[in-house]
Amino acid sequence: MIKITIDNITAEVPEGTTILQAARQIGGDIVPPTMCYYSKLKGTGGKCRTCLVKVVKGSEADPRPMPKLVASCSTLAQDGMVVENTLSQEVMDARKAIVEFLLINHPLDCPVCDQAGECDLQNLSYKHGVEGTRYEEDRREFDVIDIGDKIKLHMNRCILCYRCVYTMNQLTDNRNHGVLFRGDAAEIGTYIKNTIEQEFSGNIIDVCPVGALTDRTFRFKSRVWFLKPMDAHRDCPHCAGKVTVWEFGNQIYRVTGRKNEFGEVDDFICNECRFEKKDIHDWVIEGPRKITPRSVISQNHYRNTKKQSIILPLDEKTEPQQQ
Amino acid sequence: MSSHTAHKQYEKEGKPIAFSPEILEKVKQIIKRYPEGRQNSALLPVLHIAQEEFGGYLSVDVMDYVASLLHIKPIEVYEVSTFYTQYYPEKRGKYMIEVCHTGPCAICGGEHISKRLQEKLGVKLNQTTADGLFTIKEVECLGACGFAPVMQINTEFYEKLTPEKIDTIIDDLKQRASEPQPQQQKWVERFF
Amino acid sequence: MGRKILLEHIDVPGINTFDVYRAHGGYKAAEKALKEMSAAQVVEEVKSAGLRGRGGAGFPTGMKWSFLDKKSANPTYLVCNADESEPGTFKDRYLMEHIPHMLIEGVIISSYAIGCNTAYIYVRGEFKYIIGILNKAIREAHANGFLGNNIQGSGFNLEIHVHSGAGAYICGEETALLESLEGKRGNPRLKPPFPAVKGLYESPTVVNNVETLATVVGIINIGAATYAGIGVGKSSGTKLISACGNINKPGVYEIELGIPVEEFIYSDVYCGGIKDGKKLKAVIPGGSSVPILPQNLVCKTANGDVRLMSYESLADGGFQTGSMLGSGGFIVLDEDACVVRHTYTLARFYRHESCGQCSPCREGTGWMEKVLYRIENGEGRMHDIDLLVNISKNIEGNTICPLGDAAAWPVAAAIRHFRHEFEFHVKHPEIVKNIDHGSLEKFNI
Repeated sequence: MIKITIDNITAEVPEGTTILQAARQIGGDIVPPTMCYYSKLKGTGGKCRTCLVKVVKGSEADPRPMPKLVASCSTLAQDGMVVENTLSQEVMDARKAIVEFLLINHPLDCPVCDQAGECDLQNLSYKHGVEGTRYEEDRREFDVIDIGDKIKLHMNRCILCYRCVYTMNQLTDNRNHGVLFRGDAAEIGTYIKNTIEQEFSGNIIDVCPVGALTDRTFRFKSRVWFLKPMDAHRDCPHCAGKVTVWEFGNQIYRVTGRKNEFGEVDDFICNECRFEKKDIHDWVIEGPRKITPRSVISQNHYRNTKKQSIILPLDEKTEPQQQ
Repeated sequence: MSSHTAHKQYEKEGKPIAFSPEILEKVKQIIKRYPEGRQNSALLPVLHIAQEEFGGYLSVDVMDYVASLLHIKPIEVYEVSTFYTQYYPEKRGKYMIEVCHTGPCAICGGEHISKRLQEKLGVKLNQTTADGLFTIKEVECLGACGFAPVMQINTEFYEKLTPEKIDTIIDDLKQRASEPQPQQQKWVERFF
Repeated sequence: MGRKILLEHIDVPGINTFDVYRAHGGYKAAEKALKEMSAAQVVEEVKSAGLRGRGGAGFPTGMKWSFLDKKSANPTYLVCNADESEPGTFKDRYLMEHIPHMLIEGVIISSYAIGCNTAYIYVRGEFKYIIGILNKAIREAHANGFLGNNIQGSGFNLEIHVHSGAGAYICGEETALLESLEGKRGNPRLKPPFPAVKGLYESPTVVNNVETLATVVGIINIGAATYAGIGVGKSSGTKLISACGNINKPGVYEIELGIPVEEFIYSDVYCGGIKDGKKLKAVIPGGSSVPILPQNLVCKTANGDVRLMSYESLADGGFQTGSMLGSGGFIVLDEDACVVRHTYTLARFYRHESCGQCSPCREGTGWMEKVLYRIENGEGRMHDIDLLVNISKNIEGNTICPLGDAAAWPVAAAIRHFRHEFEFHVKHPEIVKNIDHGSLEKFNI
């Protein structure tokens, strides 16, 4: 085991742990945000640069600080390493800059985006962004296309995290979409007219940090915060069958994987569970999904949370009282 | 200027594509330059050869054929072909004119060369002349800055250009295109 | 005239053939290394010669070789980086075109030194004719027993393969080059692991520039002590400088490191002064990525010392008043050249060449280009200038690979030293709008 200190909190982690994993082990506000890293997908990370942190002491053996900010998702913790995340103004400034970069070509169409309310980019900008924009140029625009019956691709919203590419590479053996072109002309696409409907392909909706890949069977049906997320399971021949069903009354509006506090699903689920099983009788309901009271999803019907008269900013230190 | 991009979705025509036995032999030799199990390393050179052999551009059929030769997924070929600027997704002129417009060429008049070319051929950038001979493209640094301004036509460099030289070069190429060409060493053998 | 190590025989007719190269002392160094020296001795020789990587970063070559993971079960690879694409740089092309066997010999000696039996030369796709030249040289070397099995009876085996790129500046970054060599998109890898541990095919790999490898030949020939005696301080030996822009004699010159910049620009042996009798405005001394130096900082440093063509002297004063030797791409701007326009073309270049993998570079390069396009076309506002400085600062240091820095530095330096030109563009839109530059098309995405 090695010792690493992040924002003055010391943790013991096994060798081979990244700074980000160590921070997640500590938990709370010191965990750097991630847009491209996904612990369940091998090879992800390093691209979005939102998890940059400052290493003020490299290790016990080599205490020199690292010259640049490093991506915490892909930098290994060393014994005696000291890291600053929220304590470093440099990190906060860089993160603000990254948010700005991610937003300059983003359409900010949250009012008509199904991802709104559970969007990592929304959360990130809420916490680290600034009001207003300095960007006066044209934004990159793409047509909205259907890649199959079940999935809609809004390339305008994409932040090129590559998660969906890794997902298809690792869950199926016939990936037919990828990142095409390069630079700021890069896009997610199939190149030829093609559909993404391989078994387990629906997981690209869950891993997408923004509203670039959305569920067509749920399109414009409801805002996510009007729904009740309930953990449910069924005997599924293809996957573990452990899902979250999103209810309104007795109706299931959509089915997703169970997302943890870092926005990652516990298990990838099959397309049958996700798209075909919308009847309440298909599922054994386990109970409400634990959702942090800070989430907008818990603002309405959700139990365990007092209805708030005002919505507190996310960076407000005073936590809303839990029942 | 709008920066609207359609998701271009290319059609698979389903034409049968195959290298000639002679070229296929060469391609197999190239694949052997890379270790066992790493055949896909040959992707870039094989795409160059395929582009040269099958009409100067990479159609979906051609790329799918290359994918099958190297035992990789078609999307892996599309990802690569769209990344590099020298692979053309659509039919273009017999002579691909690529004019450098980066700093060192620009301060030596590179952009005037591009302008003169467009005037001379009566087409704009990224367009092909009606006779199918020429396509003009502005490209970034060709690595010949000491001989600026520079352009490359197919594989050949043209250096220290002036607007007047452009006229001669284009006229020569038109002439050359109308005459039977002496048997040259095969393209593949010259470069690979 | 200084000592020539790389270009000594460049003007000999037929030096591109094996026989003529051999007759002028070619492959003597390879024979010496393979027959008389151990691999460790070759590494030691290169180390004590003080050779620094000639691709741009200037990292000590011998040290790079010694980082190789010797415990790895995988074979070791040498990859020659001939993806020369940095605007202003055309020295490797010159070397490969005219004296290809020197590179082949350098690859043989270096492969022997690091224990590599398969080497690749990655040539940028635009240089197809160079690929032809190298393949011919390789065939000749094979026929004469300098490649293949048991080279010259030494027991050492080596095959060299030439690999073609296809148009991507980013593949000059060593890990992007390796990705490209593996048949993938040229996306740079996250480091660590460095190529010395996990490079090509997850094996220990050294990636060296063409000139670096060719220089190894000279070092073995004349000995490390003699080589280290050339140059000044930590800038030992000779370096190819490719000079271009508004000068009388653009071309590739071999200089002894440490000659005064003034001599290089004005001597008839080198650039021969500014074209058409004009005055010097600025110099970009090390390829387009390095900071621009205004006229008053070209020949003298901020301290008033004579500015030398060396790694240290060109960097004197940091980025505030200095620059870098970089790849040796020496771009000269005369008094009539427009710094704003020049900076715009470079910003366009970096936007076009960004791989798009990480967000600061993908989004930042495009943003800078668009703002510069507006300023250059008389549609800029004063606050755009500071905006540019801020965008460049936000990219710098925050990206996966050095392309972000390379895109940020030229913009920041141009505004640092030539803010008045940017302000002029904002204040006088009617003048800048009416200048005929020829074609000007916005990069079309």
